[in-house]
Amino acid sequence: MDRRTIFPGRALPALLVLPQLALTAVFFLWPAGQAIWSSLQREDAFGTSSEFAGLENFASLFADPLYGAAVARTVLFCAAVTALSMGLALLFAVFADAEIRGRAFYRTMLVWPYAVAPAMSAVLWVLMFHPQIGLVGAWLNRIGVPWDYKLNGAEAMALIVGASAWKQVSYNFIFFLAGLQAIPRSVIEAARIDGSRGFYRFRTIVLPLLMPVVFFLLVVDLVYAAFDTFATVYALTQGGPGQSTQTLVLKVYLDGIVNADIGSSSAQSVVLMAGVIVLSALQFRFLGRKAGT
Amino acid sequence: MTSRLLPHAVLGLAVLIFAFPIWIAVAGSTQDAAAIARGDLSLVPRLSGFAVYRDVLLNSSAGAGPVWRELLVSFGMALAIALGKIALSIPSAYAVAFFRFPLRMAAFWVIFMTLMLPVEVRLVPTFQVMSTLGMVNTFSGLTVPLIASATATLLFRQTFTAIPDELVEAARIDGAGPLRFLFDVVIPVSGANIAALFVILFVYGWNQYLWPLLVVTDPHLDTVVIGIVKMIGIDTETAWNKVMATAVLALLPPVVVVVAMQRWFVKGLTEGDK
Amino acid sequence: MDRRNLLAGAGTLAAWAALPGAVRAAGEPTRIVFWHAMSAANGAEIDRIVRDFNASQSDVVLEAVYKGSYPETLTAAIAAYRGGQAPNIVQVFEVGTGTMLQAGPAVKPAWKLAEETGFKLDPSSYIPGVRGYYSLSDGKLASMPFNSSTAVMWYNKDAFEKAGLDPEKPPVTYDDYDRAARTLASKAPTPIASTTAWMPWIQFEEFAAIQNIAYATEGDGYDGLGAQLLVNGKPFVAQLQRFMDLAKDGAFKYTGRDSGPDAIFYSGQAAIGFGSSSGRADIVKNAQFRYAEALLPVEPSLNPKPNNSIIGGASLWALNAPKRTEAEYKAVAAFYAFISKPEQVALYAQHTGYVPVTVAGYDATEASGYYAKNPGTDLPVQQLERGELTANSRGLRLGRLPEIRAVIYEEIEKALQGQQSAQTAMDSAVERGNRILRDFQKSARG
Repeated sequence: MDRRTIFPGRALPALLVLPQLALTAVFFLWPAGQAIWSSLQREDAFGTSSEFAGLENFASLFADPLYGAAVARTVLFCAAVTALSMGLALLFAVFADAEIRGRAFYRTMLVWPYAVAPAMSAVLWVLMFHPQIGLVGAWLNRIGVPWDYKLNGAEAMALIVGASAWKQVSYNFIFFLAGLQAIPRSVIEAARIDGSRGFYRFRTIVLPLLMPVVFFLLVVDLVYAAFDTFATVYALTQGGPGQSTQTLVLKVYLDGIVNADIGSSSAQSVVLMAGVIVLSALQFRFLGRKAGT
Repeated sequence: MTSRLLPHAVLGLAVLIFAFPIWIAVAGSTQDAAAIARGDLSLVPRLSGFAVYRDVLLNSSAGAGPVWRELLVSFGMALAIALGKIALSIPSAYAVAFFRFPLRMAAFWVIFMTLMLPVEVRLVPTFQVMSTLGMVNTFSGLTVPLIASATATLLFRQTFTAIPDELVEAARIDGAGPLRFLFDVVIPVSGANIAALFVILFVYGWNQYLWPLLVVTDPHLDTVVIGIVKMIGIDTETAWNKVMATAVLALLPPVVVVVAMQRWFVKGLTEGDK
Repeated sequence: MDRRNLLAGAGTLAAWAALPGAVRAAGEPTRIVFWHAMSAANGAEIDRIVRDFNASQSDVVLEAVYKGSYPETLTAAIAAYRGGQAPNIVQVFEVGTGTMLQAGPAVKPAWKLAEETGFKLDPSSYIPGVRGYYSLSDGKLASMPFNSSTAVMWYNKDAFEKAGLDPEKPPVTYDDYDRAARTLASKAPTPIASTTAWMPWIQFEEFAAIQNIAYATEGDGYDGLGAQLLVNGKPFVAQLQRFMDLAKDGAFKYTGRDSGPDAIFYSGQAAIGFGSSSGRADIVKNAQFRYAEALLPVEPSLNPKPNNSIIGGASLWALNAPKRTEAEYKAVAAFYAFISKPEQVALYAQHTGYVPVTVAGYDATEASGYYAKNPGTDLPVQQLERGELTANSRGLRLGRLPEIRAVIYEEIEKALQGQQSAQTAMDSAVERGNRILRDFQKSARG
């Protein structure tokens, strides 16, 4: 993790780190401290009066069954998005790694969606699946399949999982493809000579060698699903119908920004931060161990 | 024979999954808004309908400014974030990788903390800080807070750690100081990573949604992503053809950047990151 | 309060320059900013008003900024106020009134602005329903009435004809509506028989006012912050049950929150669409069929003599901010004076489908022959002025009502999905809603 050879000096590195540290302090630490402070307060919407409330915000949060439901929903959502986007990406990468004609074209076609904004993927999915104007959605309704994500919670959930995973496939694809190409051909050849075929070969030889990539992507995708999908979900369903697509980040936004319930929203922020710190620590350990890939 | 066809079938399906929505957007943008609202979206573009692109580029429709201006704001924002982050994180990553100074790990952790605090998690307090600094509704308010986060620093730290010790030894024997080494060796050998990071950060900046939504109240500073969600968020009447045209225009720049720099980008992304 | 103390430093100077309507050299017009939630045809109308206002005088330049939907606009204004960047004027929907009334130093109530700037504001010039919603217990106006609508039933005459219903006889009672919707479903001239926008507002809040039923204790919240919701009472549960039954039989379809469903009606997909009277401009622009508006259905078993309906729409609030000058408040008053001119009130009503908020505006509209030329356009006003204004038909004055509406949306959506019974839905709405009301009571200044 650390290099053996280093430069001497103290003032220079301090100067080099300073700009970023300054920005971090102003735009991250200060607001984070403010969030912790706010979570202990009871405030009116306009912030014209506030009083110390101790841990009341946290107490009422954990006493609220709807919060527990939102946690469970978020876990489900993150798991579904991660599984779907990684599964598809791996499938496509395995085939794109093969010696076939038009490989470069296929790869480009699979890499470009990386550039699609989460909010834009929502727009594209509306065009496809809106029950009245969406091409697929309207067609489903015409042939008698009752497709209506504005009222059916399960369908709404499927929609946001699909739209969120759709956007993330290309990122995973890039990494899986790189991982596959890093596997020495000789290993594959040896396995082929041994007579292990197709899927069996993939499962016993290729997949174990891909494991580090899988772990890395697992963390990245979970963080993506937890936070970066806000725009996708918000633009598609605003958390409805009922609360069936209200994920934790959406709840922070709805409670803090829309309902101006700063105390509860800040308490949720603090809980979320704790969760993200655990995830990030995992990722950090992983990033820190460069060996193995 | 089947083994020949299978990859094409699977990859063809993949291409379809990703290209189809774009095709809908292109086809839909050329059609009559009322027809789309009735659910009569056709997959065949109308040639006469392409005038809508001129219309959205040059004219503002209710609540959303002309798209040329939004594209300009998005472009400026993406560029500022990409360049700003690179300029900020190379020195700090270099310091952490090549020096031992007091509180080195503490500094690294403080920077790393930023990854744990996505803006969604601290919206209101961040907004208050911005307004205390008088940065609400300014271009710097749009970009500077996003420049601070640690993603780039982490990637560069990985890259720099991978630079062979022999290079450093050689430089020291030549009597090169740390700054000269940085400019003459480290930055040149990290060219591909810088290019890759540029793409990643450009896309990141271009695609921002929640932060601009909050920090900008002046429609002259609306990005194209904000503009489009505003168009859809319109409760009563959505001019779907305009929405789709704007969507196509909003997708083009980052896609072009990604596709044009695909080679470096994929390389830099996957090498620095594992 | 004119404080011209410039802080030193380039950064603050730049920030100061970005402030809307900061003090500038004498002789320059005062610049003020107005945040609104009007889009599409109604947004174009705001642009028209602003153009006319700016052209009508040279002291003030008003800039209008579209901030998204009603809830988004209120949200943005609260966030901006907290950041010391509040706009001079913000358009707040009627259900935000309870929240705004507790905003203390954040707002400059309309009566106070009138007092300080000498602008004449006479509450009695407004039609009763409007006055009732926005005035304080002493009769003073807290905010400036601007765009008031009410809920109506839009229906597609062509579809009625095709289904064998009389296009000149829209349903009058809820039972009539029930039968018409079932007929429309069986004859299917449109894919959807009936739908509703703004379900909590139209089918519960308006329903309660017209049927003279209390929505919450404490006189619907007018008499104190201790109000409790009453929406799990029998009439409300029966109302939800009605829509659930209709939905099960394909005669009603829930198509989303707020005004989203409006487009379902004017694109010709639904034969009956409950919606705001303010949807008129968009319907005129888009509908390719014959349509008409009708009064909201009534429930004679609950109230043989229906009350007035309550208003929807929004009013204007002047916000305070650090460094706000006297000239800016004067400029806001000038804009208020402009929009309350009878000819402006009349013009705005005719261009949109909102009702004329002043008696003089209504008279001017009538005198112009507009109602005679456009039959049905005076229905909203008639409905607002029908019957007796009672404690149950003034409006609602509950804190965080937008959030309570969101709760009601969530619970009725679950019920319509078949996940819970009507009674459970309304019970749970009351329980969650009351929790919100208690929170509001705690955080509000007593």
